[in-house]
Amino acid sequence: MKFLKDIVDKLKPTFSEGGKLSMFHSVFDGFETFLFVPNSTSKRIGTQIHDAIDSKRTMIMVVLALIPALLFGMYNVGYQHFLAIGQDASFWSTFFFGALAVLPYIVVAYVVGLGIEFTVAQIKGHEIAEGFLVTGILIPLIVPINTPLWMVAVATAFAVIFAKEVFGGTGYNIFNVALITRAFLFFAYPTAMSGDQVWVRTQGTWGWSNGHATVDTFTGATPLGQVGTATESTPLFTDILGNNIGFIDGFLGLIPGSVGETCTLAILLGGMLLMVTGISSWKITLSVFAGGALTALAFNLWGPETAIANLPWYNHLVLGGFAFGAVFMATDPVTAARTETGKWIYGFLIGVIAVVVRVLNPGYPEGMMLAILLMNIFACLIDYYVVQANIKRRLKRATK
Amino acid sequence: MIQKIKLKRGLDIAINGKAAEVIGSNPQSEIFSVVPDHFAGITPKVVVKEGERVEAGSPVFYNKQCSEMQFVAPVSGEIIAVNRGERRKVLSIDIRADKEQVYKTFEKINLANASADNLKQALLESGLWWCVKQRPYDVIANPAIAPKKVFVSTFDTAPLAPNYEFVAQGKANYLQAAVKAFSIISGKDVEIGLRAGSTSTEFRMLQHAHFTEFEGAHPAGNVGVQIHHIDAVNKGEVVWTINLQDMLIIGKFLCEGIVDMTKVVALTGPEVHEPQYYRVKYGSTASNILRGNIHKEIALRLVCGNVLSGHQINEDEVLSPYTNQITVLEEGADTHELFGWIMPRFDKFSNSNTFLTKILRKVCPKMTFNFDARILGGQRAMIMSGEYEKVLPMDIYVEYLIKAMIAGNIDKMEALGAYEIAPEDVALCEFVCTSKLPLQAIVRKALDNMKSELE
Repeated sequence: MKFLKDIVDKLKPTFSEGGKLSMFHSVFDGFETFLFVPNSTSKRIGTQIHDAIDSKRTMIMVVLALIPALLFGMYNVGYQHFLAIGQDASFWSTFFFGALAVLPYIVVAYVVGLGIEFTVAQIKGHEIAEGFLVTGILIPLIVPINTPLWMVAVATAFAVIFAKEVFGGTGYNIFNVALITRAFLFFAYPTAMSGDQVWVRTQGTWGWSNGHATVDTFTGATPLGQVGTATESTPLFTDILGNNIGFIDGFLGLIPGSVGETCTLAILLGGMLLMVTGISSWKITLSVFAGGALTALAFNLWGPETAIANLPWYNHLVLGGFAFGAVFMATDPVTAARTETGKWIYGFLIGVIAVVVRVLNPGYPEGMMLAILLMNIFACLIDYYVVQANIKRRLKRATK
Repeated sequence: MIQKIKLKRGLDIAINGKAAEVIGSNPQSEIFSVVPDHFAGITPKVVVKEGERVEAGSPVFYNKQCSEMQFVAPVSGEIIAVNRGERRKVLSIDIRADKEQVYKTFEKINLANASADNLKQALLESGLWWCVKQRPYDVIANPAIAPKKVFVSTFDTAPLAPNYEFVAQGKANYLQAAVKAFSIISGKDVEIGLRAGSTSTEFRMLQHAHFTEFEGAHPAGNVGVQIHHIDAVNKGEVVWTINLQDMLIIGKFLCEGIVDMTKVVALTGPEVHEPQYYRVKYGSTASNILRGNIHKEIALRLVCGNVLSGHQINEDEVLSPYTNQITVLEEGADTHELFGWIMPRFDKFSNSNTFLTKILRKVCPKMTFNFDARILGGQRAMIMSGEYEKVLPMDIYVEYLIKAMIAGNIDKMEALGAYEIAPEDVALCEFVCTSKLPLQAIVRKALDNMKSELE
């Protein structure tokens, strides 16, 4: 520790005002506060002591919560790969294949996003905000594994600049930055984002395990994709080999899909950490699930005779990005409703809209992304009415 | 039957250094200073000259905006300096105290037949009007505006706050006189906030008072929170609030006809050898009671007041007349914690479940912590939601109110409850804020701005 402190102290003058590298002051400050808790003390006026929580610890908790989904996602990428090419592979080869496939996305997202974040902070002379630490790990988890890296780079840059920095940076954005990345990819490069070719890596990764889908019955479509495009009204879905699968497979997650979204169990593990630590609002997560379940149930009972409308309500909750969205995306405190009453309404409507989009729109087998982005817009409005009710209460009290 | 209000939201901060209930002896100052800046919103007009002799209770300056509002010498002695700063702003009036104190005697007031105007006049003349504060704006009350009610909280829930039951021991007659006087001035019983479960007869036997009991963590003892639940301040209304010790000073003046601005001040905090109470007269410096009783080997932060709503002082700074408590803790500027964002940090207090100490405190509620004055994070835009509301038991959307205040939108502030809020009410919100925003400073600035725009 002393050793690190000495290095920091030695470098500090170079990066401070007047130093040779003062143009990288914000970046240096970012690294210094990453190493050591800032030692600045309270002002003369105002609270003289502070809670030990800060935004770094908050954001790191979210990153930690994403680790189970990330590790499982890596394993699943390998698993689907070896399943598709018809090879048996050990646990570790499976995992490492997936890890090698996923790692470049993480690197690209962080390099592009943090690069922009650092640059903007430097230009404005601000401290570096930690928001992108979370966004940078969310992005690899919500893209199909065959997305070209350059697309991820372009989409990340677009989202960070136009969904965050132009609004003023972390804390001021209206839309969830990771979801804007996903939406950009979805609308700009639709062929790379849907269909049955994008979810399973059949080629090798960095030259390792080159192959191609050898199984005759191979289908790379996600279960939701299959049900969404089914011509019959029975909601059946299969794994990539064509075997019928069900709720428990969706829950455990060895199915094709975006990297981090498939395993509901891993997502809920992370979700527990977030809800117990109070970083995310359990009210939002719970109400998203409730809204989705009730809407799907309503479609089951009274909906049209299509496969997706007949998909049992509990399957809606474990397939596609529903759980991932409910736990990690809808709960982004900046873009969600900020009043406690508002959180119930906001979450519930996300669940409702996600399932409505899934069931009623034949073009989109998945509705979570659009539901959350739409409700991001309405979050302010919901809060407005909740706060307005408080204002009315106060006025009423005055005239009593 | 006394109404009991249970407050579920709030936070008790477990900090080391609670004062033992004994009154220590401390040397009296030789020099006493009256500092006009201690009385917010006052423009002083000095009426004494260097070399002049004053009695304890003789006027030294008055308020230019309200010439009846006098401010008096805390001790008898000789004026040795009228210190002025830039543009002849009065910084302080220094008095060398006599060995034998002479008190100016005021006419004793017969409370049985005193009128509201008489009492107000007497308080303005006695130089004790600063004790009376008003909401909205949390400033010294405007004597021309009659209050809807007068509120006194008989307990303080702030970290290491003095125990008012101990402080008021044996002074029931003073308290009763002051309560009676304010019931005459306001025409209504004085609203007294009691700690649920307290048995102190000093407070419960009061007449001309209306009682409400409060149960819950800090800020249950804040008078602002109590007003909100008893009879909230609406637009156009004014209420007065008086600190309990200030009531005792007023009571003594009413009963004995002298102005004695002596308070029992708690010296508290993790860096105090023997936290205990001291008698302090307004005008003396902190050094008198700190001498020999604080750890000197490390850099210290001296706080006038409690760690939430107090302010930093230097050792040789004159204590404000509102001081009931002094807290001493480590400054902490030379502490460098490695990887604070991931370490368990068992020595840190937090209201966040990201720290295991939050859970440990539930198992072991007696756990206390040595805080230092570090902010422990960088300032950010508001990110987390619902944090402030968790620690403020008022029906106010603090986050929205703060945003309106930052934006300077007076209509919104008014609508969202700015009239009910004082900076001290948002002190806990400032403490728990993940984004480390200076909420009390924001509220103070906004209230000043509002006052100047609306009056």
